[in-house]
Amino acid sequence: MAESKLELLTLSILRRNPIALLILGICSALAVTSQMLTALVMSICVTLVVALSSMTISIVRFQIPNSVRIGIQITVIATLVIMIDQILKAFYFDLSKQLSIYVGLIITNCIVMGRAEGFAMSNPPVNSFIDGIGNGLGYGLVLMFVAFCRELLGSGTLFGAEIFQLTTNGGWYVRNGIFILPVSAFFLIAILIWVLRTLDPVQQEKE
Amino acid sequence: MADESAAKPFYSVLVLAFVCSFLVSGAAIGLRPLQEANRRIDMKKNILRAGGLYETNKPVDALFSSIETRVIELASGEFIPEDQIAPESYNQLKAALSNDLSRHLDRKEDIAGLRRLEKYSLVYLVRSGTGIEQIILPVRGKGLWSTMYGYLALDADLKTIRGISFYQHGETPGLGGEIENEQWQAGWAGKKMYGPDDNVSLQVAKGKAPTTGKAAQYQVDGLSGATMTAEGVNDLMHFWFGDHGFKPFIERLQKSGGING
Repeated sequence: MAESKLELLTLSILRRNPIALLILGICSALAVTSQMLTALVMSICVTLVVALSSMTISIVRFQIPNSVRIGIQITVIATLVIMIDQILKAFYFDLSKQLSIYVGLIITNCIVMGRAEGFAMSNPPVNSFIDGIGNGLGYGLVLMFVAFCRELLGSGTLFGAEIFQLTTNGGWYVRNGIFILPVSAFFLIAILIWVLRTLDPVQQEKE
Repeated sequence: MADESAAKPFYSVLVLAFVCSFLVSGAAIGLRPLQEANRRIDMKKNILRAGGLYETNKPVDALFSSIETRVIELASGEFIPEDQIAPESYNQLKAALSNDLSRHLDRKEDIAGLRRLEKYSLVYLVRSGTGIEQIILPVRGKGLWSTMYGYLALDADLKTIRGISFYQHGETPGLGGEIENEQWQAGWAGKKMYGPDDNVSLQVAKGKAPTTGKAAQYQVDGLSGATMTAEGVNDLMHFWFGDHGFKPFIERLQKSGGING
């Protein structure tokens, strides 16, 4: 790979977006995007975990025996996730209550494993760290886009602040129920992938 | 990749497991006091919210100091002296899982989907002068997806609802999750839990509750798009304010006309 550090950071945001191009991390993109705030916290947590786990694994990559590498990657990732979960519970209790099980589910987020196995195992620590940040940002961007649509159309709010007054609160906006449910994220992500691949045909899969 | 001998994988996994377990247990133990404190404050906040006593800019502990926490025996409705079970250390949800401190509910009794019911419950009393102003009771029950946990506050007449709050649930956000909506919760205030015959008469309506007529004071709004959740709320109220729940306690309070431990 002959990419500069800046390219490593920026390529993953749009051109090599983990959700849009690699179709990784869809599960959590459905689960946490009903509100922008939870999506934002989730993006930050995932970015931290990907960057740190990629860096750690890259540092010790010559010591990792090939036969047990997946197990070792998972252990490193799980350790980081548990620590983030504990710190959230200690200092940002309300947020951790909202995110509840989703923080734990970062362990199974395919992006983290994907970057550890696909990039960090064969690249130096600094590059792996930057690659992790880039992928986290790319993931976060898609999450924020999906959460923006879902929260605005489903709940009439953005970051919890009222934009459209709902009929249940005496306003005019009848909430669109499908945007509250996770399925809507499927449609939104599909539309996003379609748009991205139309604008940038390189991303299209070869027939 | 490193050259592989048969022992290398064992050795590296051992080292890794040791380092990781050290980090994880360090974080868990080091941060536990902070986490516990958060949990307690959150619980108190919700009790205060149910009683309408919560104010955002005041410290929770100061507000909570006006509330007296007691342990009661559910079956008899009697207060348990503090030296027998200390209210501060009694964990009601844990007790519901233990064999000694709870009993199995058979299917006919178990309308709230609890499976096991603890023998003792916490109650929160708000005193004013010599009498009680309100009592706040913990309730829980199955909704559509999850167990919903909340508090319900009763006025001094022990029939009228003062307020309600739900603090933990896994219902669909925006549909069943509306049990968290403060406007919906506000609709509970002033409704009557018990009818003239002292049976639980409160109903969660299907759709909007009527605003006039005889039934109005016993009906609260349903949740549109969340029939199962609303039914769950209805059932858990009927359970907790029925014979297996707080009814013996409430009857005892009414008879004695006050709280004398």
